Amino acid sequence: MKNLIKIAVRNLFRYKRRTLLTSSLIAFGVILVIVFGGLAISFKSQMIGIITNTSLGDMQIHKKGYVESIDNLPLNISLTVQELTSIEQKMKKMPEIEAYSLRIKFGAMISNYANTSNIRLNAVYPEMESKTVPDLIKRIKRNVSDPVHFIKPGEILVPETLMKGLSLKVGDEVVIVATNKDGSVNAITLNIAAMMENVFGPSGKDGYIHVDDATMLLRMENPEFVEIAIRLKNFNQLDNVYKQINGYVSSSNMPYEVHTWEQLSPFASIARIVDLLILVVKIILISIVLVSILNIMTMSVYERIGEIGTIAAIGTPPSKILSLFIIEGFAMGLLSTAVGVILSVGSLLLMSLTNLNFKFGQMNVTLNPSIPTGEVITTVLIVLFISILASFQPAYKASNMEPVDALGHT
Amino acid sequence: MSLIQVKNVSKIYQTGEVSVTALNGLSVTIGQTAFISFVGPSGSGKSTLLNLIGSLDKPTKGRVIVNDVDIATLNRTQSAAFRGSTIGFIFQNFNMIPVLTVYENVEYPLLMLKHNALDDHRERIFTLLDKVGMLDQKDKYPNQISGGQKQRVAVARALVTNPKIVLADEPTANLDHKTAFKVISIMHEMQKEFGTTFIFSTHDTKIVDEAEIIYTLEDGAIVNQEIKVNK
Repeated sequence: MKNLIKIAVRNLFRYKRRTLLTSSLIAFGVILVIVFGGLAISFKSQMIGIITNTSLGDMQIHKKGYVESIDNLPLNISLTVQELTSIEQKMKKMPEIEAYSLRIKFGAMISNYANTSNIRLNAVYPEMESKTVPDLIKRIKRNVSDPVHFIKPGEILVPETLMKGLSLKVGDEVVIVATNKDGSVNAITLNIAAMMENVFGPSGKDGYIHVDDATMLLRMENPEFVEIAIRLKNFNQLDNVYKQINGYVSSSNMPYEVHTWEQLSPFASIARIVDLLILVVKIILISIVLVSILNIMTMSVYERIGEIGTIAAIGTPPSKILSLFIIEGFAMGLLSTAVGVILSVGSLLLMSLTNLNFKFGQMNVTLNPSIPTGEVITTVLIVLFISILASFQPAYKASNMEPVDALGHT
Repeated sequence: MSLIQVKNVSKIYQTGEVSVTALNGLSVTIGQTAFISFVGPSGSGKSTLLNLIGSLDKPTKGRVIVNDVDIATLNRTQSAAFRGSTIGFIFQNFNMIPVLTVYENVEYPLLMLKHNALDDHRERIFTLLDKVGMLDQKDKYPNQISGGQKQRVAVARALVTNPKIVLADEPTANLDHKTAFKVISIMHEMQKEFGTTFIFSTHDTKIVDEAEIIYTLEDGAIVNQEIKVNK
C-alpha cells in the first residue's frame, strides 16, 4: 500500500498541469463552501444573538393559546400567581437557566396631548429584563449608567418611530391609554426616559414601562404576566432545556406552552434559508468534485492505456491497478482539500480581523466569522468520499483491461 | 529439464464473423537458461506465441505449460501473479512511463510487486543499470534518451524482479541495425550472467545470430529449428 501511495502521489506531481487545473477547481469549491459557510453561520448567529439578546430571549413560556393570538396581545391569557410560582420554582432549580424575565404585554395609545398613536408596551422588571436580554440596553439612545434599572416607575422608553412621528423629546410627558382585560379604559401619564432604536418587532413600535405602572394602568390587583422570557447559560443547550421544561409542563398538566426563539421569530425562516443555501453550495461542490475527478481520471485512464498494459504485463494484479487509480483520485481530492481548507481558513481569519460591518434592516451586524469546524470537517469528508466515488469507474475500467489489448493500443 | 512446453497450441482470433488463425497446432519445448529467437515475417504468429508463453493471452486449443504452470488454468489475478514472479517483458515500443526517470522506470515493477525496503531496491537497480550501461543516465526521462538506450533500460526493467524468463517481442524493430545488435548483445550478456531464459522474436534475420536456438515460424507453425553451438 505504501508503494501504491508513493506511485499515485508521484503520478499526480508528474502530470503537473492536469493536477494543477483539477486541484484548483476543487480547491475553489472547497473555499466557496467553507468561506460561505463561515460567513453565513456568522451572520446567522449574529442575527440570532441580536434577536434573542435584545427582545425575545432564548425561549418563552406563555399560557396555552397565547401565541396563537399574540397579534392581539390578549391580557386575559395570563399566568395565574399559582402557575407562575410553580414554573418559577422549576426554573430556579435548573442550572442551565441564566435568567428569566416576567412580562406584561399589551397594546395602548400614546398621546402628546395633540397627537395620538398606538404603541405595543412591554411592562418589565428592569433588573430581570436586563439579565434576560442584556443587549436591550444597547438599543436605548441614552447613556445608561445603571443598566439594572434602565426603566423606573413613572418612565417610558418610546421607540424611535413614535418619537419622530409624535415629535417627542426625552423628558416630555405623554399619556398612555389602555383597555384592561375587563374592557375598562384607563390612562396614566409617564415621562419619556429615553428613545429606543427599533428593536425587532412589528412596525418597530415596542415601548417599555415598569411593571408597577402597567399594574396600575391595567387596574390589576397583582401583576398578571403573560410571558416569561428565558435566557440560557449556554445557547447550545436550547433543545435540552426546551425538552426539560416542556416535559415538566406536560407531566404536571399545566396549561402552558413553551416556545424556542425559532418558533417565535420570523428570522427562523431566514436562518433556514441560510442553511439551505449552505446545502446548495455543498451540492455545487459535490458536482464540481464529481465532474472534475471523474473527468480527469477518465482522461488519465485513456491517456495511460499503454502504461496500464505495461504494469499489467509486468504482473500487477487488477486489484492493485484499481487501487492505484483510486488512490490517485483520492490523493487529488486530499491535496485540493488541503489547499482549499488552508486558503479558506486563512480568508476567514483575515475577515474576522477586519470585522466586516453592515446593516440588516435596522440592525447593525458585525461579521466576525469563526472557523466553522463542522463545515470544514463535512466538506473534507464530502470531497474525499466523492473523490473515491468518482475515481472508481475509471479505475475499474483500467483494472479490467486485458494487458494484451492495452499493450496493443500503444 | 524443460521450462516451457507448448503442446499442439492453436490460437484463433475472432473478429466479427472473420476468424484469423494466428497459431496452428504449434508445439515447442524450451529448456532453462536458453537464449531463443523466434524468427518469421509479420503475421507468422511470433507475438501470439510470446503472449501465450507470457500468460498475456490464452490458447484456443492445446496447452502452454511454463515453469510447471498450465497458463490456461489461471484466472486474471493468478496470471498477474504468475507474470510477476516468472516473466519479464521487453516491448517493441519500449513502453517506458514518460513521467518517470530511467531509475524510476526500472524501480516501477519492484514498487508494484515487491515489498522490500527501498534501500534493497536501489542496490539491485544500480547494478542492473550499470550492467546495461545506463547508470549515468539514471536521472533522465525517456524523452531525453535514444531508442537504443530506452531498450537497454527495458532490459534492466525486465530483469529487476529476477524472473526466470524474459520475453522480448520485436525488441529491435524500432532500432537501427548497430543499436539492435548492441541491445541483443546486452540481452545475451544478461542471460549468461543471471541464468535467465531469454526469448525474443524478430523478423530481422541479421540479428538472430546471437541466439542459441532459432525457430522459424510461418503461418502459425514452426517450419525450421536451428541450433547454434559455442554461444
